[in-house]
Amino acid sequence: MTSKDDVLSVSVWRQTDDETGTFQQFDVPRQESQTVLDIVSYIQQNLDSTLTYRFACRVGMCGSCAMMVNGEPRWTCRTHVQKAAVDGKLQIAPLRNLPVIKDLVTDMDPFFDKWTKAEGVHHPSATRHDAIVPVDTTTAQRTIANEGIECINCAICYAACDTVSGNGDYLGPAALQRAWTLVNDERDGGHETVLDAVSQNDGCHNCHSMGSCTHYCPNELNPMKAIAGLKRETAKSWLKW
Amino acid sequence: MLNLRLYMLQRLTALVMVPLVIGHLAMMIYAIQDGLTVGEILQRTQGSVAWFCFYGLFVVAVSVHGSIGFRVILHEWANLRGRALDLVTLATGIGLLILGSRAVWAVTFAELAS
Repeated sequence: MTSKDDVLSVSVWRQTDDETGTFQQFDVPRQESQTVLDIVSYIQQNLDSTLTYRFACRVGMCGSCAMMVNGEPRWTCRTHVQKAAVDGKLQIAPLRNLPVIKDLVTDMDPFFDKWTKAEGVHHPSATRHDAIVPVDTTTAQRTIANEGIECINCAICYAACDTVSGNGDYLGPAALQRAWTLVNDERDGGHETVLDAVSQNDGCHNCHSMGSCTHYCPNELNPMKAIAGLKRETAKSWLKW
Repeated sequence: MLNLRLYMLQRLTALVMVPLVIGHLAMMIYAIQDGLTVGEILQRTQGSVAWFCFYGLFVVAVSVHGSIGFRVILHEWANLRGRALDLVTLATGIGLLILGSRAVWAVTFAELAS
């Protein structure tokens, strides 16, 4: 016989059509060290096989299992139910600020399209015929570049960002942090191109520095600081005119 | 919606407004210590190139700064975009400039010009 403490009351977002959906209630048995992803997997495997969700590595590396948990964006594979549940209840929804494909799966295209729009791609500065230039990992600039390279593209910062909510075209914290990393990477040959890309209508200057990106980043990165760096560099280049 | 040019214009006008706001508040507090009439205000401002420049610059800075800020609010809260957003931004800036300029002119040179 199970007691109230042995069962978790979980409401999960179910997409009914392209535009709307509703929360469906499930009772899931509690287990020790249970993660939110474990809960979703349990529901899909034991209670409703039509539930759609996305995950891959289960260890916080791939960035594919992010969802809204009790209204906050989290990487579900590394979020313990014990910490996320409020009064024995859990609400799980798809990531905010992205179109929903089905249930807990969002369309990540807008998120990755913005990485490209922010010129978050490699701009070669040498050819394969050139000698490999060693990178000095102790310089101040390399230290700044290193601060952003652990991003796993989970889109938690993007879901947390109220500026993205208000302005759907805004490039968002992840793409801008990538841009800032490239600006500080001596191997990248497109610094001007990147600064130009983030200075357009929906670029870094729309950030209100509210800091939700930094607050929620599961890897404890600081996109807000990266965006401030971009604002500083672009302002400097503007004043040089 | 906010590109580098608009961002810099808003920041630079903010920079201009900081001493002007402090000067304006300090002057207001100083001037009303013993009560002040309209006549006394006009006596000090009429014909004054210094006050004309002080508040004239203030009005220009406010017009640029305010219209860009209003643009952000309209875009994020009212989903206004594209040409409509540009036009409303421009209209707001021009509107503030006209209203402010009229006030500055009225207390400095209007009486003398008529």
